[in-house]
Amino acid sequence: MNPSVIRADFSAIAKWVKPGSTLLDLGCGDGDFLEYMHSQKVVHTYGVEISDFSVLACVERGLDVIQLDLEAGLALFENQSFDMVVLSQTLQTIHETESILKEIVRVGKECVISFPNFAHWSHRIDILLGRMPVSKTLPFDWYNTPNVRVLTIADFEALASQIGIKILDRVVLHEGKEVTWGSNLFGSLAIYRVQSS
Amino acid sequence: MTGLNTQSQTIEFQEPLSLKSGAQLSSYSVEVQTYGKLNAQQSNAVLICHALNASHHVAGIDPESGKTGWWDNMIGPGKPLDTDHYFVIGVNNLGSCFGSTGPMSINPATNLPYGSSFPLMTVEDWVLAQSRVADYFGITQFAAVMGGSLGGMQALSWGIQFPERVRHCLIIASAASLSAQNIAFNEIARSAIMSDPEFYEGNYYAHNATPRRGLRVARMIGHITYLSNDDMAEKFGRDLKRIQGAPQDYKFSFDTEFEVESYLRYQGDKFADYFDANTYLLITRALDYFDPAKNHGGNLSKALQVMQSKSLVISFTTDWRFAPERSREIVKALLDNKKSVTYAEIDAPHGHDAFLLDDERYHAIIRAYFLRMQKEVL
Repeated sequence: MNPSVIRADFSAIAKWVKPGSTLLDLGCGDGDFLEYMHSQKVVHTYGVEISDFSVLACVERGLDVIQLDLEAGLALFENQSFDMVVLSQTLQTIHETESILKEIVRVGKECVISFPNFAHWSHRIDILLGRMPVSKTLPFDWYNTPNVRVLTIADFEALASQIGIKILDRVVLHEGKEVTWGSNLFGSLAIYRVQSS
Repeated sequence: MTGLNTQSQTIEFQEPLSLKSGAQLSSYSVEVQTYGKLNAQQSNAVLICHALNASHHVAGIDPESGKTGWWDNMIGPGKPLDTDHYFVIGVNNLGSCFGSTGPMSINPATNLPYGSSFPLMTVEDWVLAQSRVADYFGITQFAAVMGGSLGGMQALSWGIQFPERVRHCLIIASAASLSAQNIAFNEIARSAIMSDPEFYEGNYYAHNATPRRGLRVARMIGHITYLSNDDMAEKFGRDLKRIQGAPQDYKFSFDTEFEVESYLRYQGDKFADYFDANTYLLITRALDYFDPAKNHGGNLSKALQVMQSKSLVISFTTDWRFAPERSREIVKALLDNKKSVTYAEIDAPHGHDAFLLDDERYHAIIRAYFLRMQKEVL
């Protein structure tokens, strides 16, 4: 796995963040994105993580992190209290999909959501051949994946409009490069900028 | 083996201390121990605030008594709070019974022990007295103030009372105020002490008496609340107190039947031997009174607006005396103000006591936090 390819969404997301803004990274892992953000611009950030190991990694990096289960909602955060809330490649690991989506647009004035696109052509071929796809964006086997909600670009857009989430921007990537045509077929990573409608 | 110097120092203060209650201590002394070296810039000082029954003997083994400091697993050379890098002060609070001026001390106005006339102390009063200890050492700003339980309340209060004098508040297994249930437990403990015929309205010293029975009950009830249900089940279960091989039949008496009774009686007796009843009353009351949100219409976020420090808040999942929800209230209030805060919720089985125990994940967080702090303060 090449991390620069896997986290190609970092730079795309960073472009949407204004200097000096407050940013909440939900499911921040070891703080890779937060550290990247701090290297790009002056931002005031918090990460949220459930894993002990990742919380410790964030503390080691001097990042503010809150240990919390995203499935339980975002009661610690007031309405519209962050300029940007980021849910980067985490949506597919959360059971309470609708509720977390509603929560992030409640807390963030703007939100970024990114996820691996299950409908990428290579995944479609895997399925046609009768096997669950394993790829750079879906690097796990079916029996050990942390992903509990696999979704496609078309799926996400349908749900967003259904639950009152307005899409402001969309970037679709494959292998770190932008896909401008046939995104649900050729894109492996989708990144949206959204807000509450 | 730690080789820490556990020699206590007595710091005498002649400047009167005005207390929140309106009362005043005209002069007083504060007992401290220090570990490590204060650097030339005075930037590496960490203050440790104690909880209900602890003292300024925080770390190291006292060569005379053989006693180990109450947070020795946390503080010392190579420990999570490393005394090779930090200058650590353990302070005994006013009103305590371990050397600082308290109910057992002689009131200079009467030449008799203060007893029940010792003024009620609050967390804020303690912090004010601690700030004078900082002055004494020439410390204008602590790298960190750290405490668990009631000690965590003091750490939080430092951030509110002296925002520019503390860089980091470490608030562990604590709360921004006690719940009704918590106050109720304290009231049971106080009732036990005050209804003991040996209490003599708090002037038992003059009668050469000790309200031991009251203290024992107070400690027993306290102890139950510091442990989790699972922890007690695992430690004692329904085991009977029997010598090995003896029959497991009930004795049909009120003597010590169960292991858990034996444990509580032992803890109660031990406590009654060393702890002062007036101190117990005073400290539990200080716990009850702490509520920084009170002056802000109950709004904790407003109360914490003045804070300038960064905070590390830690709770333990099985702690029901100072439950994670209560720590999250502090975290939320800090987040509302966009203060720098890190929160860890440690999944540990030991209830409130967990903050004193050697848990790998817990200690790893504290260690990493202080290591990171070194870049900032050293």
